[in-house]
Order: sequence, then structure tokens, then C-alpha cells
Amino acid sequence: MLILTCPCCGVTAEETEFHGGGEAHLKREGPGSDDAAFEGYLFHRENPRGVHFERWRHVYGCGKWFHAARDTGTLEVFGTYSAQTTEPPADLLEKIRERRPGWSWREFS
Amino acid sequence: MSEPVSALGGAKTEALVTVEEMAPRGMIVLRGKLDDTAITGALEKVSGLAMPGQRGITVDGARRLAWMSPDEAMLILPRGDVSGAQADLTAALAGAHALVADLSDARASFRLSGEDAALREVLARLSPVDMHQTAFGPGMVRRTRLAQVAGAFWMPEVGVAELVTFRSVAQYAFDLLSVAARSPRVFA
Ligand SMILES: [Zn+2]
Repeated sequence: MLILTCPCCGVTAEETEFHGGGEAHLKREGPGSDDAAFEGYLFHRENPRGVHFERWRHVYGCGKWFHAARDTGTLEVFGTYSAQTTEPPADLLEKIRERRPGWSWREFS
Repeated sequence: MSEPVSALGGAKTEALVTVEEMAPRGMIVLRGKLDDTAITGALEKVSGLAMPGQRGITVDGARRLAWMSPDEAMLILPRGDVSGAQADLTAALAGAHALVADLSDARASFRLSGEDAALREVLARLSPVDMHQTAFGPGMVRRTRLAQVAGAFWMPEVGVAELVTFRSVAQYAFDLLSVAARSPRVFA
């Protein structure tokens, strides 16, 4: 069971109170981008066994979107953080380095 | 003006815990940043209730003021007071970035009453919420999932819970609550 804490309302609940919103920190490629960048934006996703960053919505609760960093293998949640950011917070990355030495995800490690 | 009618006509199940659909109440929802004292001040002035903190609810007689999200508050009051309160709130928020809406007809309300531990067990059967006394009690509001639908509940006092769902799922919610209330206790 995946247990998440919503950073917007403070509720800690299991995953059925939330809804997953896919991979976090995607950069939108729109008109003017080249075909490869647009294809990547639409179709290319990480699929790690280990550290992953995702978007979640507290759909049955406060209704807000937020970000979560977790381990897809163990369901350990390293932390949740605001949706209003383009990259994970530094202290969270530091915590993941401690918990999972040598990890990497996209450009983060 | 036509008389308001509740979704289930006051349906009632008497079991270990009594489940009853409540008579129509007034329900005003405010959207706006609740860390803005201009907005919470207007809510307090019009409702006569103290603005609760995160996931809190203030209960006084028939009135309730609940924190629903960082930018949503719910005011429950007698049906006859809705239009006046809505006008007063809209006027008090004239310069603020906020929205006031009368959602009285959008929701169904239920009241659960019985022994505190039995009541908590009924809610725990339906929601992924820690219903232990140390985790949830009077003064708190919880928006969550009741089996397959969204709902919110709070305890105006020990041994009583009030619950709201969308009106369109009133029968489903009542049936869920009734089955849970009739089921034998597990943690007795
Ligand atoms: Zn939330």
C-alpha cells in the first residue's frame, strides 16, 4: 500500500484517496519545437525500478495537485512537494542520496 | 417559492448506529485564499463563527464553518438564512478575489449517531481514514472517499457524525452507511 501525505492540506492517506497523474517535471514542447522534442514530450517516459518522481492529485480530498518522490520497488515515499515547481527541492534530493546512494533519474542524481 | 426537498425524504436506518438523512440545510461555498485575512474576516463577520485552521470546523448550534482546502471554505446554516448570508458575504468580499456560491441543492447531508466507538467503526469501514480517537475527533473535518464516492464528515460532538456527499449519490451513500451500521462490530 502506497501512503502519501498531501502537502496542500496535510492529510496522510493511502493511495485510493489520490489519483496518479504520471511522470513529474515534463517540459511542454509546443508549436515551434522540432519533431524529436515533440515526440519526446508526448511519448518518452521514464520507467524506473527505484527512485521516481510523479504528479499526484488529492482527488477525494482537497482536490489539489502535488509532486511525490518515491521508490517504485519498495513504495517508500521520500517526500511530497508543491506542484508549483519545475524540479525537486534540494533537501529532498539530498535525502534520496542518503537513502539510495548512486541513484539517478533523468538529469538528477 | 417552492419548498426545498431533500434527496431521500429523510430516510432513516436504526441499527447499532442510527443513520438519517438530514432535512435540507443551507450550504454556501467560498473559493478564495484562506490565508488572506480580508477573506477570512468577511467569513467570520457574516457567519458569526471563528475561522477554523487547516482541516478544522467550527460548530455553533445549527451553523458550521469548515476549512475544505487552502482556497475553499464551507458555511452551513439554516436554509432560510442562505440568501441573506450570501448577499452579505458577496458584499463584504467586494474587493477580494473570491467566489461565493449557494450549493445547498447540490449536496445531501446525513447524521450518524450512536456509541462513539461504533460510530467510528462505521466510518472506518467506508473510508481510508484513521478513525482512532487520537487521530480524528470533534473540531476536525475530513474530505475523503466513502467506498466509491467523494464525501466529507466531521463530529459536531462525541457520538455524532455529520456527513455530506453530492446529492446525485445520496441513495448510494445512504445504503453504504446503512449496511455498515447494521454490520456486526469487529473491534468491540
Ligand atoms: Zn490534500
